[in-house]
Amino acid sequence: MFVRWSAATAAAILLSSPLLLQGASAADKPTDPQIAHIAYTAGVIDINAAKQAQKKAKNKDVKAFAEDMLRDHEAVNKQALALVKKLNVTPEDNDTSKALSKQASDKLAELDKLDGAAFDKAYVANEVAYHKAVNGALETQLIPSAGNAELKSLLQTGLKIFQGHQQHAEHVAAELK
Amino acid sequence: MKPGRLASIALAVTLLSLVVPARAATIEITMENLVISPAEMSAKVGDTIEWINKDVFAHTATAKNGDFDVTLPPTKSVTSVLKKAGTIGYYCRYHPNMKATLKVEP
Repeated sequence: MFVRWSAATAAAILLSSPLLLQGASAADKPTDPQIAHIAYTAGVIDINAAKQAQKKAKNKDVKAFAEDMLRDHEAVNKQALALVKKLNVTPEDNDTSKALSKQASDKLAELDKLDGAAFDKAYVANEVAYHKAVNGALETQLIPSAGNAELKSLLQTGLKIFQGHQQHAEHVAAELK
Repeated sequence: MKPGRLASIALAVTLLSLVVPARAATIEITMENLVISPAEMSAKVGDTIEWINKDVFAHTATAKNGDFDVTLPPTKSVTSVLKKAGTIGYYCRYHPNMKATLKVEP
């Protein structure tokens, strides 16, 4: 039973983050300029989702959550930009970033069609899944692959803060039910 | 100097120390990498807390019982004076995993 459940969980995680895995397999480790680009892109995606939620969300907890996402992800990305500048690294576009952006713009369009409680629920559910996928990618791929110590440290701080976001999103999702 | 005078000065000093309370202290509490340290701190009513936010994220020091709610902009310090005694649990509203306790003696 336990084995079956784990397999199902693994499948669910794989399904929720196929794009993150596809661009950077273990054999093909992302480089620091690619990691910086992926991390920054992932932040921008959540910032855009939060901006949409600020316009459309009705529930006050959902609105507050969106505000938190905007504040934290903008702070992380600002830090990331400062770091790449300091290290003189040019973030490099890559298949993972492209796939992430495509998936995110599809999601934005999908959520845009919803209103009221339906939007709130779908936005928060996506935030749970999205943070789960990003945290998984950070833990298993991006952090272990990062060569520069400062980049690694920023990713680790990011992971810590995004794990908090995931918990927060899960909490809000549970309250909406 | 006459011994009587010395005694009166001593008395005055003693009385003064009774009237003027011990000087309030300033206590530093730091938020860094999403951790509040020290996690437990003792202070007295009238003491000043210097809240130091070393993170690039905004934080808050929010008392669970509503005694205080201080907002800390990224990489800034803010001071606040303790007004009420008690053992106060507080957290960051934006990052509720950040928790700590302040023991405020009267």
